[in-house]
Amino acid sequence: MTASQRTTIVASLLLVGCMLASVVLLRRVDQMRTMATLDEVLYITSPKTLKRLSLGYEGLMADIYWTRAVQYFGRKHHQHSKHYDLLATLLEISTQLDPQLLVAYQFGATFLAPQPPNGAGMPEKAIQLIEYGIRNNPNDWHLYYELGFIYYTDKKDYAGALEAFERGSRVPDAHPFMKLLAAQMAQHAGELQTARMLWLTTYQTTQDKQIRANAIAHLRALQVDEDVTNLQRAVTQYGEKTGHLPPSFSAMVAAGVVSRIPVDPDGHAYKLMPDGRIEVRMPDDFPFIEKGLPPGYTPPQPKLPPSD
Amino acid sequence: MSGRIVHIASNTFREAVRDRVLYNLIAFALLLSGAAILVGEISIDIEKLVVINLGLTAVSLFGIVIAIFIGIGLVSKEIERRTLYTVLSRPVRRWEFIVGKFFGLAGTLLVNTFFMAIGVFAALLYVAHRFHMPDAWILVALYFIVLQFLIICALALLFSSFSSPLLSAVFAFSLFVIGSFAEDLRGFAGMAHGLSRWLATGAAYLVPNFSALNVISSVAHERPVAGPLILYNTAYALTYAAVALCGAVLIFEHRDLK
Repeated sequence: MTASQRTTIVASLLLVGCMLASVVLLRRVDQMRTMATLDEVLYITSPKTLKRLSLGYEGLMADIYWTRAVQYFGRKHHQHSKHYDLLATLLEISTQLDPQLLVAYQFGATFLAPQPPNGAGMPEKAIQLIEYGIRNNPNDWHLYYELGFIYYTDKKDYAGALEAFERGSRVPDAHPFMKLLAAQMAQHAGELQTARMLWLTTYQTTQDKQIRANAIAHLRALQVDEDVTNLQRAVTQYGEKTGHLPPSFSAMVAAGVVSRIPVDPDGHAYKLMPDGRIEVRMPDDFPFIEKGLPPGYTPPQPKLPPSD
Repeated sequence: MSGRIVHIASNTFREAVRDRVLYNLIAFALLLSGAAILVGEISIDIEKLVVINLGLTAVSLFGIVIAIFIGIGLVSKEIERRTLYTVLSRPVRRWEFIVGKFFGLAGTLLVNTFFMAIGVFAALLYVAHRFHMPDAWILVALYFIVLQFLIICALALLFSSFSSPLLSAVFAFSLFVIGSFAEDLRGFAGMAHGLSRWLATGAAYLVPNFSALNVISSVAHERPVAGPLILYNTAYALTYAAVALCGAVLIFEHRDLK
């Protein structure tokens, strides 16, 4: 073996060995510095400064910040966090760098406004974000829809929701649904059907997998809430008819107060408790339900079902 | 006369190819193909937007770096190697040498951009599966990027005609950065008073306005570019490049090469 060949072999082995060692070491460093990347990102929180630093390439910079906003939310959500302090800033930076980045407004409306752990619990920030989006994209009806949605679901401000849907319905080429939603707000605000209509529209008008999954989870929860309400009414009817609480769902079917043994959207039968309450068999699978929960139930971190 | 310019231009192009300048296409292809594959995993709903923004930004930055680092050495390298004296001892005028070098570098960048553009459209096809009519505006963005290159090439040659390669690189890159802030400079001029206003206004018109030539974000959102903007940007870029080129010719014409 010549000296040159020996050098080649030693250098190649060293190269591979050192490369592997650097990967192992970096993984150790990452374990010690969790969240370091995002901390570094937000050393600069001013969108104006970032716009200047981007040297005119603000489109790519916006995409980078938008991706980081999604990763930030995903990671915090996965960690069962109740604080999403940087989400509003990341979305603000993304949208100020690229005011036409519509998906960021939609994401903001869906995950910035709801209370933790489902969102950042910042409905005012979400409204500011969407209003900024409307100022920059006045002819996009989706943004008015998102605004009305926040007023309806997070602020419970039905007048605000009505105004937002009405504004959106006047936009050229607005979805005909906007007029319907405005009318629904005026007459049936707070009803289950109105909420279902809103979540269904959200599901149908987005391609974003997380937003779709969130809409599906809410639609499933609304279905459960409606089922429990109807079953509770049937229990009362049974009591009025027989003078005692139903012993089972079969007895309720036999009495004609329900047509069949009811099941939740996953196919599991509801539970009829001895005191006549209706409970969901697997409450952990329905993170947004308001009815049918066992007494003292503490919800775990919501699990969003896959959208596809 | 034109034959001599073409000859110098083609030699400049060949030299750039020999210097493996087009190897940057490999890096570009790796960047874009990697991004196209990964973007679907990490970007929600904006895969196409990211590919256009990333692709066009990379075309622009790769080209600017090439324009600066080749442009600054075009004259000084010829002096260092003493090949300039051989060229000028033939019936070649100094201005023909500068103009030939400019077209050679511009041609290199044009070829480079052509291959990068193919890469951008291939990545776009990969993420979007088919082209749509508004995608044609990407061609306008690429055209504006080429116009930027012409200005940068001319500026690099201007600095190269009287300064060292290192200083030329600093000057050219600084002008690129300042040119990206040209609209801020104009905004500052609007707010200033008296002499500051005049100076700021003068500076705003003196530096190249690169922000007007950057429509990447706009075309990424499938927004059309106005016809008059294409026309005026073309005229502006050609005029500005001509100014810088004339400056380079004037300086080089009177430079003592002994």
